[in-house]
Amino acid sequence: MSTVYILWLRQVKKYFRSRSRIVGALGQPLLFLVAFGFGFGSIFQRAGGGDYIQFLAPGIIMMSVLFTAVFSGIDLIWDRQFGFLKETMVAPVSRLEIMIGKTLGGATVAAFQGLLVFVLTLFVGFRPYNLLMLPVAVLFIFLVAILFTSLGIAVASKLEDMQGFQLIMNFLVMPIFFLSGALFPLEGLPKAMEIITNLDPLTYGIDGLRHSLINTGKFGLATDLVVIGSITAVLLVIGSYFFERIQA
Amino acid sequence: MGLNQDSSNIIVVSALVKKFKAFTAVDNISFEVKRGEIFAFLGPNGAGKTTTISMLTTLLQPTSGNITLNGSNPVQDKDGVRKSFGIVFQDASLDDDMTALENMQYHAILYKVSKDIRDKRIEELLRFVELWDRKKDMVKTFSGGMKRRLEVARGLLHHPRILFLDEPTLGLDPQTRNHIWNYIKDINKKENMTVFFTTHYMDEAERVADRIAIIDHGKIISIGTPGDLKNQTKTNSLEEAFLAITGNVIREEEASGVDQLRAMGRMWRRKR
Repeated sequence: MSTVYILWLRQVKKYFRSRSRIVGALGQPLLFLVAFGFGFGSIFQRAGGGDYIQFLAPGIIMMSVLFTAVFSGIDLIWDRQFGFLKETMVAPVSRLEIMIGKTLGGATVAAFQGLLVFVLTLFVGFRPYNLLMLPVAVLFIFLVAILFTSLGIAVASKLEDMQGFQLIMNFLVMPIFFLSGALFPLEGLPKAMEIITNLDPLTYGIDGLRHSLINTGKFGLATDLVVIGSITAVLLVIGSYFFERIQA
Repeated sequence: MGLNQDSSNIIVVSALVKKFKAFTAVDNISFEVKRGEIFAFLGPNGAGKTTTISMLTTLLQPTSGNITLNGSNPVQDKDGVRKSFGIVFQDASLDDDMTALENMQYHAILYKVSKDIRDKRIEELLRFVELWDRKKDMVKTFSGGMKRRLEVARGLLHHPRILFLDEPTLGLDPQTRNHIWNYIKDINKKENMTVFFTTHYMDEAERVADRIAIIDHGKIISIGTPGDLKNQTKTNSLEEAFLAITGNVIREEEASGVDQLRAMGRMWRRKR
């Protein structure tokens, strides 16, 4: 237990110390909110979609959770490159505890970043429909954070250095974001596109967040929760499996 | 030696092999290290020193062979073995973005050093390596020598029975090297802690180690006290003994300026 705690504490401490990273990571969501939100707002309205900022905000919150979580997981590569991973791997503690501590630490950081973006959306005009649903929203944010942190760790366990980083960015993280329905409604998509969006785990995270924040969505809260929960469980197992096989 | 040979040996390695695909990094080596002794692996870069340490310390799986470390097997009882040693790696393994104190606390908690002695032990060690005044500073502000000292302190934190040091003084100035060895020899005596270190500095091996294993191309070529090795080859210095045993001078990939000058001096002397 203490192992999980100290690994968690390290991630969280380092995050709060790098203020420039926190602020820097708010730039992109803000840009997306303003550019897309106000840029497409009137078209969206005219097409009968309602207020685009309302629709977009949950998507942008989850975008920042996705990015922060994957990067927190991929952090592992830096630990390896700077040798600190060895210090952890040679300690008499189970690999599972290390993996859990690292995942929870990364997820806490990503969820917090998501909440910061949530606050940011309020300034741009976003209004949740029911404040009593906020705990459900936080639950979704945290689950999605765990999901993508363990994905990051699984990927990082297989990567030797930062060489593959661009690959991960362009062929994993970006597609997960753009094909998730963060920016557009999932209704009336071409069949192929619909299948792809249905395969994207982030789709269910954003759908769940829309249910809890603006009371609309495609699949229903229970479905979203079950899908996200089970994918998270599977990724945790895969992540642990790869992590245990790291030879530092 | 006789009957109590097993209990007096804290490390027993037999027929140890590590292959990376076609390349054999460690080629069928066997040796013992006695409890409380300072034992050196002397050899050039790429001889298989770090690979051996990695296998002894559970970081690498041997291809074949047997290891017993403080009575446990690093392949079967990883955690049992991990509790019994401390290690200073060849490359830095500190978190630069944490303070010296935080690096120590992280280690103490991972090794379950009990709460009531944790702070006292950390203070004692940080004072010992003369870093107590800098305990709240980020490690990234430390010099190479300070980082090494902190790593040594950290490696000693959980009272290990064996301390592994992989090229502990690589790239350090002579003064810091002396400093670090004085700490280690002190603890070796006081706590009867076994020390296993690798080096490619002849003088260091000769000055510090009780016994030396000369390793090259993954094989142990000779083992003995510095005196044994010299007698065996009828030479006056370990450097000449090394030359006589391996047939070449030590290969230097990251030679210090002094070492390079020495090597050049040798070349000139031979030409005349």
